[in-house]
Amino acid sequence: MFKSYRNLWLVLGAFIILSPLGLLATGTAFGEWGLDELPGEVGFIPAGLERFAEIWTLSPLPDYAIPGMDATFIQSAGGYILSAIVGVALVVAVVSLLYKVVRD
Amino acid sequence: MHIPDGYLSPQTAIPFVVAMVPLWGIAVKKVQSEVKKKDIPVLAIGAAFSFTIMMFNLPIPGGSSAHAVGAVLLAILLGPWAACIGVSTALIIQALIFGDGGVLAVGANCFNMAFIMPWVGYLTYRLIKGNADNLSGRAMAAAFIAGYVGLNIAALFTAVEFGSQYHLFQAADGTPLFFPVPLKVAVIAMMSEHLILAGPVEGLVTAAGLWFVGKNYPAVLAQRFSNGVKIDDLGVEKHV
Repeated sequence: MFKSYRNLWLVLGAFIILSPLGLLATGTAFGEWGLDELPGEVGFIPAGLERFAEIWTLSPLPDYAIPGMDATFIQSAGGYILSAIVGVALVVAVVSLLYKVVRD
Repeated sequence: MHIPDGYLSPQTAIPFVVAMVPLWGIAVKKVQSEVKKKDIPVLAIGAAFSFTIMMFNLPIPGGSSAHAVGAVLLAILLGPWAACIGVSTALIIQALIFGDGGVLAVGANCFNMAFIMPWVGYLTYRLIKGNADNLSGRAMAAAFIAGYVGLNIAALFTAVEFGSQYHLFQAADGTPLFFPVPLKVAVIAMMSEHLILAGPVEGLVTAAGLWFVGKNYPAVLAQRFSNGVKIDDLGVEKHV
């Protein structure tokens, strides 16, 4: 798993370490505004949108951050790197397990 | 490009989830028969790479942001169905663990970024590359254009999906119930960001990633696009 594609793993590791560069773009993507941003962007919160917007509230690392740890760039960067590590580990685990399940 | 919950009416979001189920079924079957065990790390790393590339937000003048997806690179390396599994895995984990993209909207997000994007990118790449060598200038140009086109078509699908909500679902007094921006505005905003900034970045990521894998692990590419033998999309080896 790790030995045969060592260089790809190294690049992935570099991406994880560099991921906080993504925090430098502070603007929210078009059409991804949260309930707190909608009044500023479009002037109101549509009724149906409000009803379904928070249907899922169980994300342990919402917005790739440790809840409550976003006061400084260093805190945000730490949360971002942790999120990248957790995400990469989960993605690799799910893909590998899925393949094992369908193979056997 | 991750549509949050509430932006699509349930009448729109749920059919996309239903549509993805058979597509995921086909994709799993194709991965089972086409992707060799020794290449599974490439699929896992590729999916993880897609996950991280989506964290690299690019600043858009005017206070917005966009990002590349990495789906076309995976489609070229292992085929569009394998890319569908890899990118869907990344998107589902982003929705559940990180609240990026809605849970009800995950079907639409997977349809755009894990089905449309890899297929459009893969077909574009095959069309332009022709029989050129895997690491030739023509193959690199094909990869760049494939990434660019794939991301932009995905952005267009996304814009039409949420932009149409404005016109389709309104309260009795005409106020929109879900996505609150007209289709035309949504398409112009999404396409300008992706045509000008995120698209070229996706193209670079696709070409550079392909070059890196081709240089370091030529066997990965050789088995898909080798001398006169290519595995077609039905998983049958064709001698041409």
